[in-house]
Amino acid sequence: MQEREGLSAFIFDRLLPVGIVVIVILVLWYGFAVLMNAQFEQDQAARANVEISTSQLVANTMSQERPVLPAPHQVASEIWKTTALKKITSKRSLVYHAGITLSSTFLGFVMGTALGIGLAVLIVHSNVLDRSLMPWIITSQTVPILAVAPMIIVVLNAIGISGLLPKALISAYLSFFPVAVGMVKGLRSPDVMHLDLMRTYNSSKAQVFWKLRWPSAVPFLFTSMKVAVAISLVGAIVGELPTGAVAGLGARLLTGSYYGQTIQIWSALISAAVLAAVLVMLVDLASRIVMRRMGMAR
Amino acid sequence: MSVVIETAGLDLTFQTNDGPVHALKDINLQIERGEFVSFIGPSGCGKTTLLRVIADLEQPTGGTISVNGVSPSQARLARAYGYVFQAAALYPWRTIGGNISLPLEVMGISKEERTERIAKNLDLVNLTGFDKKFPWQLSGGMQQRASIARALCFDPDMLLMDEPFGALDEIVRDHLNEQLLKLWAKTKKTVVFVTHSIPEAVFLSTRIVVMSPRPGRIHEIIDCDLGDDRPLDIRETPKFLEIAHQVREGLRLGHSYED
Repeated sequence: MQEREGLSAFIFDRLLPVGIVVIVILVLWYGFAVLMNAQFEQDQAARANVEISTSQLVANTMSQERPVLPAPHQVASEIWKTTALKKITSKRSLVYHAGITLSSTFLGFVMGTALGIGLAVLIVHSNVLDRSLMPWIITSQTVPILAVAPMIIVVLNAIGISGLLPKALISAYLSFFPVAVGMVKGLRSPDVMHLDLMRTYNSSKAQVFWKLRWPSAVPFLFTSMKVAVAISLVGAIVGELPTGAVAGLGARLLTGSYYGQTIQIWSALISAAVLAAVLVMLVDLASRIVMRRMGMAR
Repeated sequence: MSVVIETAGLDLTFQTNDGPVHALKDINLQIERGEFVSFIGPSGCGKTTLLRVIADLEQPTGGTISVNGVSPSQARLARAYGYVFQAAALYPWRTIGGNISLPLEVMGISKEERTERIAKNLDLVNLTGFDKKFPWQLSGGMQQRASIARALCFDPDMLLMDEPFGALDEIVRDHLNEQLLKLWAKTKKTVVFVTHSIPEAVFLSTRIVVMSPRPGRIHEIIDCDLGDDRPLDIRETPKFLEIAHQVREGLRLGHSYED
């Protein structure tokens, strides 16, 4: 195969594969929207005792107010209305809600990453802690977060802590795990030869850590952080559910389901997905910059 | 001449799941200052283990060993030796200069002196101008030269080398052998060199320690008096071939060629 360059490379190697997948998803989505919403339209027509043509039926299925599955363009226009056409301070602005969710995602991600790194450092330097902490770390993630989240919110509320912190704690609870596991592996990744080398220099534990273990673990850290940032967002959304649906993307999901506003649910879902993708991309970008500066990107 | 490494009745037995393995048995050896001594033998003969005992990377289970008149551990704490591994073992996130700077940083040497020593030692291994390059930008032979510069930069008395050129092709190996001899002549360091190549051992050494496996022990120590001036062509002289033959006979008698 011949090598492509410049713009045509971008179109053929990047845009085309992604574009085709998007088109396939949209076609399937429209297909299912028509199928799933058709029953309602037929019932309506039967009740009104009118014949409805197939083309009319299809058109109707894509413009219902509370469809079982909203069509992509309905979700798109809802997102447009609630982002670009609303003031950011408005309670109806998706940007406002996304901002609320993002702030606790970010706080939780930072706390979780710090906790994960801290635990990994302890585990790598102590066999006792390795044996005693690791089972608890793994067990912590087998507990369904949906069951734990309300308890954390309620307990913290009882001692006067509410707002951002409880939600961030749920994000941290989820996100520390991949970081801890990844960093344990990363801090143990230097091979025997590199460790022996440090030993021949008679270097201290701190020197071995800062000059060998930490730099070796950096690629592992970024890989873990990509997973951690995405589940921090999930944690923040889950944390917003039991707060009584005040604000945030989680609240939009909950109010949407209270009132059968499927379009609102789907627009919140899509926004959350886009947000997660952007967050992962940002971590990836940071990773590339750091790796290049460390001379490890070729 | 003074003795720098001396062992008497040195034993090392590894306890493994398949029972004890006698890696070293009754090793008696004296190495004097300024010598170039090679350990040669098949894999499993304990040559690398012996080097690691000298470097305090393994602990003997019997006998005595002194390095520079003290225990290997004290010698290591006094930074008596530079160690060169089978692979260059450069840190990929450090430039060549940064890698050579590593032991100096660990030892708390000032920035100005580090810069000066990096330049000096890069020059010693003919890598001047490569200090800003990252390891992956260098060939395997250049990487190994950088690792030799790293071992020399804190000016240790001894250079311990564990099959340093084993992973390189023969042409590069010849070239580095020649350079190593020049380096040795220039620095007057004591070199202990592990290899499984007969021509390499004969070309480089003043003495060759022939070892044999199961249990790892010294079979024979052969003097290699080819003189100080050793061009690559020396390997076709009768004297060289005679010593090489002696080493091969030693290996054969030490059961190195049996299954």
